[in-house]
This record gives sequence, structure tokens and C-alpha cells, in this order.
Amino acid sequence: MNVKIFCIAEVVILFTALGVAVLRGLTGPVFFPVRFFAVVYADFFRGIPTILLIYMLGFGIPALQLSGVPTSELFWGTVALILVYTAYVSEVYRAGIESVHPSQNAAARSLGLSHGQSLRYVVIPQAVRRVIPPLLNDFIGLQKDTALVGVLGVVEAFRQTQINQADTFNFTPGIVAAVLFLLITVPLTRFTDWLIARDRRRRQATGVLA
Amino acid sequence: MSDALSLEGIRKSFGKLEVLRGIDLTLAEHEVVCLIGASGSGKSTLLRCVNLLEPIDAGRIILHGEEITGRAVDVNRVRRGIGIVFQSFNLFPHMSVVRNITLGPRKALGLSKADADARADELLGRFGLSDKRDDFPDRLSGGQQQRVAIVRALAMQPELMLLDEVTSALDPELVAEVLDVIRELAGGGMTMLIATHEMSFARDVAHRVCFLDAGVILEEGTPAEIFGSPRQPRTQQFLQRIVQAGRL
Repeated sequence: MNVKIFCIAEVVILFTALGVAVLRGLTGPVFFPVRFFAVVYADFFRGIPTILLIYMLGFGIPALQLSGVPTSELFWGTVALILVYTAYVSEVYRAGIESVHPSQNAAARSLGLSHGQSLRYVVIPQAVRRVIPPLLNDFIGLQKDTALVGVLGVVEAFRQTQINQADTFNFTPGIVAAVLFLLITVPLTRFTDWLIARDRRRRQATGVLA
Repeated sequence: MSDALSLEGIRKSFGKLEVLRGIDLTLAEHEVVCLIGASGSGKSTLLRCVNLLEPIDAGRIILHGEEITGRAVDVNRVRRGIGIVFQSFNLFPHMSVVRNITLGPRKALGLSKADADARADELLGRFGLSDKRDDFPDRLSGGQQQRVAIVRALAMQPELMLLDEVTSALDPELVAEVLDVIRELAGGGMTMLIATHEMSFARDVAHRVCFLDAGVILEEGTPAEIFGSPRQPRTQQFLQRIVQAGRL
């Protein structure tokens, strides 16, 4: 269950957060409302405790009994995680985008590329490479926070642990749950390290310095 | 035939600092003009303005008879016709040499991968860089990087090239290979506006030399006039310092 929440949320966040970061980076007075929205969004969802948002969305929205709106706690718990982590991750992206020297954008624009093309082909690829370690940091945080969805009554790993514990007065299920979390996060870390190393090798393997 | 490029009363300020204080300059087709002058005299800013990387505060820029400083002008289209090469190369570090060169033709001109590759390979061959085709920029020497940057600009088949102190960041022994490339371009009839500190190169390659001082063109003339018998005291002073530094 945790893995499922994590996988769905992560993919969504990767894109929405990039979107928020790009919106915030738009220049010119025309884009002020968009920029303003992005700033407010990041401030708001980073500012409130995750567990509170999960409570509010998970219990609040199904209770409103709106027609055509999903009532699943799992759904709203996941949405809450996405909203919160999008805010965190968008700031990571923004730091990455701002760390790419303006001369790179100038070089791209001088070739006649549009602002969007410059971002897409030149700025963002470099930005993403630089922020992979902090991104992973946030995703490990996300993976662990999937346990918070348990407060809604969704039976995920931590919730299951509590149930088993209550039955048997035995803390072993907690250790099992901890190991299960590590089984996911540690390989994820190694995988990212490998990706970074591969990128570095690829850049330097070909050719010899003349 | 209309002029290749015409600048009329260009003014540009950064905050309170007025960098360009009314520049008038016209380039004929196939003409090579070198801008000389001390650091901070406005050479780089002028080139960036011509490429619309910096919006100007006043004046007009006319490229092949079309005003490109108007409001409704599509800056991306204009830039496709103007190549610029920077002091710091500004190659894209996450792309191989050939991808650096084909990015513009493919995305801005809409060429197919095959056509863009063919164009890149032809240029790389012409400038002796074929064996670097698949390398990443950080494996190249400064001179090679700058030659790739020139090829990247040329791949757009521009009608005008702007060179912004393209040898200033290079080790002395690498300067020649880059200057040779520019000489070849000049020989091929490329219209070029070149900001440079290489006075002997300017004397060699330029049809006309402009001395910039404090945001205005203080003096302009043929290389023989400017280097042989400068009229303005400021120009004389500047050239004298260059001679003393052993650079002319």
C-alpha cells in the first residue's frame, strides 16, 4: 500500500513541482499573477503540517458528500501528500534552475530558441542533474510520510503494524515495517548514485584531451 | 543593396550607469568591423543589444532593411539570422559536440535530425573538428570549445556574426587556432562585428576599426588610420598602453 501511494505520488509530483517552479521563474509583469500563485502555493503547503492536511482532505472532503468527487480516504490522503511534496520539490527545482548560469540561457536564446525551448533543452536538463540528490532526499521523506495516510484508516504498513502489535503485544511487526521501508529507500539511494556516476562517466569517457 | 546592419543612436543603461550613450554604426554586406576599447567601454553590451539579448533604451537597429527593435518583432526569428559567440564559449555541458551544434537547426529551424547532422558534420570537417564530434565539451581544450561555439553559431547559417572577445578566455597558445577560423570566415565574405583586444588581429582582418570610449564611438577609420595615426588623444593613449603591454 505504501509503495503504491509512493509510486503514484512521486510521478505526479515530479511533473507538478517542475510546473510550479517554471511558473515561478517566468519574468515580466504579464506573468505576475502566475508567479504570485506559485509563491503562495509553496508558502502555504510547506507551512502546514502534512498530517493536518491529510486529516482535512481525507475526512473533510468525503464528509461534504459532493457528487462526482471521490470519497476514498486513500485517494485524498495521496492528494494531500502530492500537494505538500509538490511545494517542497518545486523549491528544489527552482534552486536548480537558478543555479544554471544565465549565459546558458543567453546562448540558447541567441540560437533563436524560444524561452520554452531554452528551458526544455538547455536549462532544465542541467538543473535536474544538479538537484538529483536533494530530490531523492524529498522522495525518501515522501516514502516515509506515506505512513501518515494510516490516520485515515487506510491500512498501510504502519497501521498494520499497530494492529498486529495490539493483537500480540509484540513489537516485532514494527521492526519488520522498518526493514520494509529501508528495503525501498536504500536501493533507491544506490540507484540514484549510479545514475549520477553513469552520467559523469558518459561525459568523460569519450575522447582524450588534446 | 541595403546595409547589412545599421545602428542609430543606441542608448543603454543598467540602473544609473549609462553604458551606451548614442552609438551610430553601419555595416555593409561582407564588411568586417572591429570594436576596440578598454574594458567597460560598452563593446560587449553593444553586441548583446544587436542580438536583442539586452533591450535598448533608445535608438533603432536595422538588419537588412528591417527594423528589429520594434515592438511586434519576433525576436526568435531575428536571432536565427544573427550568430553570436561569447567570451566564455557557453557550450551546453550536458550535450555532445554534435548535439550542441544541431540543437539550434533542429529546434529553431525545424531541420530533420539527418539534415542537421549533415550540416554539423560538414562544418566540423571544415574546421578540423570531426574527431571531436561525439565528445562532451569538458573534454575539449578552450580553443576547441571556442571553435565548436563558432561552428554552433554558423550552423544556423547566419547573415551576420557577432564575436564578443572570443579569445580573451584562452591560453595564448590557443588563440591562433580560433583567430584562423575567424580569418577564414572573413575571407568567405561573412559580415562580422567583432569586439576584440587582439589589436594585430584587428589590423589584419578588419575593414574598419571603431574605438569605443565611455559608451560612444570616439573614432573610426581603416586599421591603417586608427593604428597608424589616431587623431583622438584618448585613442592614442589607449593604443600606447597596448603597445607598452607588448600586445601590438
